[in-house]
Amino acid sequence: MTGAAELDPRALRADFPILAREVGGAPLVYLDSAATSQKPRCVLDAMDRYYTETNANVHRGVYTLAAEATDRYEAGRFSVARLVGADRRGTVFTKNASEAINLVAWAWGVRSLKPGDAIVVTEMEHHSNIVPWQLVAKITGARVLFTPVDGDGRLDLEWLEVTLRTEPVRMVAVVHVSNVLGTINPVADIARMAHTYGAKVLVDASQSVPHMPVRFADTGADFMAFTGHKMLGPTGIGVLVADPATLDAMEPFLGGGEMISDVRTDGSDWAELPYKFEAGTPPIAESVGLGAAADYLMAIGMDAVRAHERSLTAYALGVLSQIDGITIYGPQDPDARGCPISFSVPDMHPHDIAQLVDRQGVCVRAGHHCAKPLMRTLGVGATARASTYVYNTHQDIDTLAAALAEARAFMAA
Amino acid sequence: MGLEDLYQQIILDHYRKPRHRGELEHPSVEVDHNNPVCGDQLHLGVLLEDGRIAGVAHTGDGCSISQASASMMSEAVAGMPVDDALELVEHFRLMMHRQTEPDEDRLGDAIALEGVAKYPVRVKCALLSWMALKDALQTHSATTER
Repeated sequence: MTGAAELDPRALRADFPILAREVGGAPLVYLDSAATSQKPRCVLDAMDRYYTETNANVHRGVYTLAAEATDRYEAGRFSVARLVGADRRGTVFTKNASEAINLVAWAWGVRSLKPGDAIVVTEMEHHSNIVPWQLVAKITGARVLFTPVDGDGRLDLEWLEVTLRTEPVRMVAVVHVSNVLGTINPVADIARMAHTYGAKVLVDASQSVPHMPVRFADTGADFMAFTGHKMLGPTGIGVLVADPATLDAMEPFLGGGEMISDVRTDGSDWAELPYKFEAGTPPIAESVGLGAAADYLMAIGMDAVRAHERSLTAYALGVLSQIDGITIYGPQDPDARGCPISFSVPDMHPHDIAQLVDRQGVCVRAGHHCAKPLMRTLGVGATARASTYVYNTHQDIDTLAAALAEARAFMAA
Repeated sequence: MGLEDLYQQIILDHYRKPRHRGELEHPSVEVDHNNPVCGDQLHLGVLLEDGRIAGVAHTGDGCSISQASASMMSEAVAGMPVDDALELVEHFRLMMHRQTEPDEDRLGDAIALEGVAKYPVRVKCALLSWMALKDALQTHSATTER
């Protein structure tokens, strides 16, 4: 990828039909892309064209239509693999990132973990990278240990080092960019440490792949999970990336059609990669849409995406920190964080914040963001969170700040 | 419809100056309820004497709607016979689902929460303390009958 041609959000906005709508008479200011992104016209059109022109079930079909459907399905996979520098055979489609993590927890974890083994996660994980491990720990007798998060929203790597040295750690499952704190974790360093002690590494890249250049090899991870709908693609499709050799050594997760090479009454043989892990009719239109999204992002250039979002984040940190009494969680250095910015304001519950700024058409999220262990560490029940993407402008941040000021005046009146 | 329906002054008043906030010294029954969607938490203590709610107190953390509702609920049911309180809980629940004509005499200030019914996401916030009360009263009657 060549270095950053600058991204013009005002030009890109024209690609996103939804951004033209109003909410209660106010223009939509969408600041919840960490929950799900909006979709550009090219993604919607690609899916529409798939259904109107070539809909058929993929693989095995002999007729032209089925061959075309298969081509488009696999083209989607190719684009996604190219975006993250992955091998096509090591790019498995799942339902979402949660399912991708569950795949590893069940297909690898249940067969590999022994009683007393340790699975290390972190206090800043999304529930999707905690609960699958708890489920598997319960079955195998393994334990789930949590890497602490410090006051600046960074992982305690010394704790991790000591734990790797003193505990039988078999898996380190860590988020690349926190969906609450925004922290960019040094996953390559973590992977190096973990591998020194023989542990496998899974990186939850749901908040990084959409927003910055991510090459699977550079993460150092054995497994990388992310989801389609946070990166301009449709819901209903997620991705697990791994080295094909790693996946070859694993048994399937879900069984069914598509994932077999032979089924007999006395047993079955598995299909080649990546189909061994794609039981049943896959998310075909979703692959087409996600492929279009990956192509769109690559055309912008992920360096340009990151530069734009770093600029927005720096600006937002500056503007929001002017608000009297505000707490902004996570690193205050825009180079150390991705785009989610969680905050709280005295005497205003996050839910009230989200409700009141909605009057100005501003969409922010309020709640625990599926990260309850982290909420406990932060000592809060909930936070408000604003998160940006390619289509957000600096003016959107100003609108948020003005809406927050108005909300505060309303609650104090 | 404006947000003023949702955030009436009387609601904000209960939010800022909650009634019956705190802990009872000797509650007959205590319950903890939370709203997993937004993280509202409520601890409710109830003192029961001769089939009446002789004392009610709440602590917790949550949005203005959940906290104001807890305050209004406590005010409405304090001193009330348990059976009447359970009926009032049901009446409030039906009001939140727009299935009844609200009775201001029984609801007191809590009638101001009627507007919350138009915001489905917030209905759970308003219901939190009322469902906690129902749970507390039923838990108590189940344990004392045994």
